[in-house]
Amino acid sequence: MIDALVLFDLVLALAIIGIAAGVLILRDAFAMIVCFVIFGLLSALAWVRLAAPDVALAEAAIGTGVTGALLLKTLAHLRGRTLSPPLRVKGGLVVNAALCALVTLAGIGVFLATPIGGAGLEGLVAQNLAASGVAHPVTAVLLNFRAFDTLMEVVVLLVAVVAVWSMERGIARAPAPVMGEVYAGFARLVLPAAVIVGAYLLWIGAIAPGGAFQGGAVLAAVGLMLLITRAYTPLPAHRGAARIVFVIGTALFAAVALFVAQGGRATFEYPAAHAKSLILIIEAVVTISIAATLAALFHGREPVAVSVRETRA
Amino acid sequence: MILIDSLAALAILAGAGFFMAGTIGLLRFPDTFCRLHALTKADGLGLALICLGAALLAGSAGEIVRLVLIWLFVVLSAATCAHLVARHARADAAAARNTAVTKETRP
Repeated sequence: MIDALVLFDLVLALAIIGIAAGVLILRDAFAMIVCFVIFGLLSALAWVRLAAPDVALAEAAIGTGVTGALLLKTLAHLRGRTLSPPLRVKGGLVVNAALCALVTLAGIGVFLATPIGGAGLEGLVAQNLAASGVAHPVTAVLLNFRAFDTLMEVVVLLVAVVAVWSMERGIARAPAPVMGEVYAGFARLVLPAAVIVGAYLLWIGAIAPGGAFQGGAVLAAVGLMLLITRAYTPLPAHRGAARIVFVIGTALFAAVALFVAQGGRATFEYPAAHAKSLILIIEAVVTISIAATLAALFHGREPVAVSVRETRA
Repeated sequence: MILIDSLAALAILAGAGFFMAGTIGLLRFPDTFCRLHALTKADGLGLALICLGAALLAGSAGEIVRLVLIWLFVVLSAATCAHLVARHARADAAAARNTAVTKETRP
């Protein structure tokens, strides 16, 4: 008798592989995006089955929700233009295949080299959890033990928005889409609730799955809905404030990390008495930065009034 | 305890049945509106039954409140999405009809 959950996991794994193949094989861009979103949702389910609800939340919110919206927005941007045929470089296929094989081999090697049923770092985290200032091991790792990695993740988002603002400028002139009264009622009810859910995810991160990235993604979804319905239109005058919001997460995180490095402590070594408050302050500000950055990436351009000549060029 | 467990199992199974019916409808029905009809109605009820089953097994009042909230928001967003998709499909059909008419009347 096979355990029903093993059967479920098998079906799930096969479905994930199948849908991943679908994303690669399909030729219609819209169908590809839909498949990618389904792929993300199934992956989130797989993370839940692997007892990693934090990763599942992040995958569902950022990997599926926000990324799906970004892809659809890009598709709408490209609509009406034909995609340029993929650049064929001689021998490119061979090089690609070789690199993919290398990564796969490395993955297999790591898998085989890992001792089966080994303790991992779990015990080490559990031992030092009391010193981290938070009660949830994942948050303790992300914001305390490996805070540098998290800081770099926030920097990646900042770099992304800087790149987008450098490439695309202009103010959206397309008329606001008519969404109707049903949507208006829905937005009135759901947007405030979504703000509460985002804040809740941030707050609960100290003791349970949740945190800055998950909360930020939910708040970014609120921003996306405001942008889609033109309830908020980015204007040139807002750029200063926007830049401050983009940077403040990274800046405050780095400032705290450097500021605590005195009196014999290393960088990122929060004093134990204030660790929880410092982590929560960092997470709160980083959440706001992440939300604003993701929403700005969705908007996809620096709101500058460009002259007619520049537009034509 | 066994009674509650079996009631919960029954509710979850029935919910899964509605999801299955909705999915078959999505795959088999002829046009956008029929498909939306099958999908939103069956899934709303299916999720309600699954949440009911989970609520019967829930340990605390807080969990039950969260389950009810989850159901409420999923149903709200599903209904709104269905409405938006239907609006879009109708506008598309109207636009297609108009172009067809202009083409026919063109000398």
